[in-house]
Amino acid sequence: MLFPCAVKLEKRLAPSTAMTLATPVISVILALLFCAVFLALTGQNPLDVYIAMLTGAVGSAYGLSETLVKAIPLMLCGLGISIAFRMQLWNIGGEGQLYMGAFAATWVALSFPELPAWLLLPLMVVVSMLSGGIWALIAAALRAKWQVNEIIITLMLNYIGSLWVSYLVHGPWRDPKGHNFPLTAPFSPSALLPTLGDSRIHAGLIFAIVLMVLLYVVFRQSRWGYEIRVIGANETAARYAGMNIKRNIYLVMLASGAICGLAGMTEVSGIVGRLQPNISPGYGFTAIIVAYLSRMNPLAIGIVSLLFGALQVGGYYIQTFGVSATVSAMLQGAILFFVAGGEVFTQYRLVVKSVKGAVARG
Amino acid sequence: MADQGFVISVLAAAITAGTPILYAALGELVTERAGILNLGVEGIMLVGAVSGFIAAVAFESSWIGLAAALLAGGMVALIHAFLTITLRANQTVCGLALTLFGTGLSGYLGKAYIGMPVPQPFVAQSLPFLSGIPFIGPIMFNHDILVYLSYLLAPLLWLFLTRTRPGLHLRALGENPAAADALGINVFFLRYLYVCIGGMLCGVGGAYLSLAYAPSWLENMTAGRGWIAVALVIFALWSPLRAMVGSYLFGGIDALGFYLQVKGVTLSPFFLTMLPYIFTIVALVAVMARRGGKLAAPGALGLPYDRESR
Repeated sequence: MLFPCAVKLEKRLAPSTAMTLATPVISVILALLFCAVFLALTGQNPLDVYIAMLTGAVGSAYGLSETLVKAIPLMLCGLGISIAFRMQLWNIGGEGQLYMGAFAATWVALSFPELPAWLLLPLMVVVSMLSGGIWALIAAALRAKWQVNEIIITLMLNYIGSLWVSYLVHGPWRDPKGHNFPLTAPFSPSALLPTLGDSRIHAGLIFAIVLMVLLYVVFRQSRWGYEIRVIGANETAARYAGMNIKRNIYLVMLASGAICGLAGMTEVSGIVGRLQPNISPGYGFTAIIVAYLSRMNPLAIGIVSLLFGALQVGGYYIQTFGVSATVSAMLQGAILFFVAGGEVFTQYRLVVKSVKGAVARG
Repeated sequence: MADQGFVISVLAAAITAGTPILYAALGELVTERAGILNLGVEGIMLVGAVSGFIAAVAFESSWIGLAAALLAGGMVALIHAFLTITLRANQTVCGLALTLFGTGLSGYLGKAYIGMPVPQPFVAQSLPFLSGIPFIGPIMFNHDILVYLSYLLAPLLWLFLTRTRPGLHLRALGENPAAADALGINVFFLRYLYVCIGGMLCGVGGAYLSLAYAPSWLENMTAGRGWIAVALVIFALWSPLRAMVGSYLFGGIDALGFYLQVKGVTLSPFFLTMLPYIFTIVALVAVMARRGGKLAAPGALGLPYDRESR
């Protein structure tokens, strides 16, 4: 043993509810402390940086609205990813599915600009969801058929999806009137999601809230939600109970990818109004943390998305003082590994034993 | 095949492009052989790349840079070891966390170094005699020292795994830790050790990019090579020698894109950049489909070892 048995983990009889609730909070605090070390090492005052991030994110009406704007794609991708995670299917491809959704929505918007909004917007929603879903289905099919690791496939599809969008906006879809910038032509007004007043908060928020409630009900009440949970907890048991694992791999990934694809649609239609490269600063990746930190609970995903939206906005804000925005990425990763590490304490309790006793036990 | 010079330069470039993937794949291979899945390779490579670069600039020596990358890679892997071995945390999630953290940390630390040159990058030094061998010489023996070291590392690791007692113990850690424990092998200590050694190799893979291949620092400069390395370990069926072949294959795809452009092939550069990712999917599917989805992965890979539930 590396540690001479002075501290031991002992299995709890039942998972601790207190620890389940406390872990995410403690994890965030520990992650802040952990990253403070790196900030201090590079000559920054961690407290100043954190206060600046907080001020940037929630210190003004603009900051708050931006936090909400960043939280929308996080909610959508987080909800999408959580469906797969519930089945222990690791969809790491939210980012690529978002890009494919954005691509498909743009295709509809640029092809049928004359359609009225009541027709065009739903069409964009459907096509973007199909596109994201199909992108995720590639990984599902390979996993169902040959047990190919879905983590690696979805990740590779992220790179391919974002390069595909780059290709389009640098090549065939580039706006001839765009001064050679890699942008498509702007969408017609009927292809734009309505926004709240003159803020950037758009109707994607409504999609996110509807899906949140819908998934909450599905996970809680439906047979499908139950099946997903059982398969995730114990695949063998689920098979004996007659559940169709393969069909669920397809269904779950389709749903998961479709919602991430929708996030791509709301970004191009609600925020940018055209397609451009880098439409997402890594929402698909941050959403992994959001989903995990929320323990795949749809309502918690809503709240945690706001926190991570704030982190994103705070990250941009400190850039104005010459501190890299990657601080927020660093914090996100740290939060995730403290959550993963802290999870053990819901199942185990820490017991401190005398070193002598441990030696006696051999 | 009229143009022999072209073929030679593509194959030589395949080796340089494959080397960072090879180091990372060997690191992941050691880790997985010990029964721990580390999906943080991409993050560890980035941390290795940036810390190697910073140290190389600070001390004006790429060797010190390499040492820093080794150390940093080992340190980051130590986090993974603590979480997955001591705290028995979910290895998939911890690995992802490590990649996200490593990406953020490297971006933060490297901000001031973007666009800076390396004082003394590792440069190609052709080996006497060997580089004179026709065809093979210019392909294999006109590289920097880290490439030559990797030529030795892969076979040595293979020998270690298949022909030595500690190597047997390492395999036992991943196949059946309970049996290894019963034989008096210190499962916890050795798993820590091999996860850290694996991380160090991933760190070297990253440093190869920033000190020899590029040589410069760019945010996210690994561009998925860490994930390709994870895929490669599966593709190589956990064998160091197959990993070597696989790395050069991937390196070749990487290099081919560049050389096709030089040759004036009119394919968008975005599609050429896509090639290694598409090839990763194809390779992974090919190996899985051929074996009907069943691979001889280390038996206890990804499972935490709890001494009391033995």
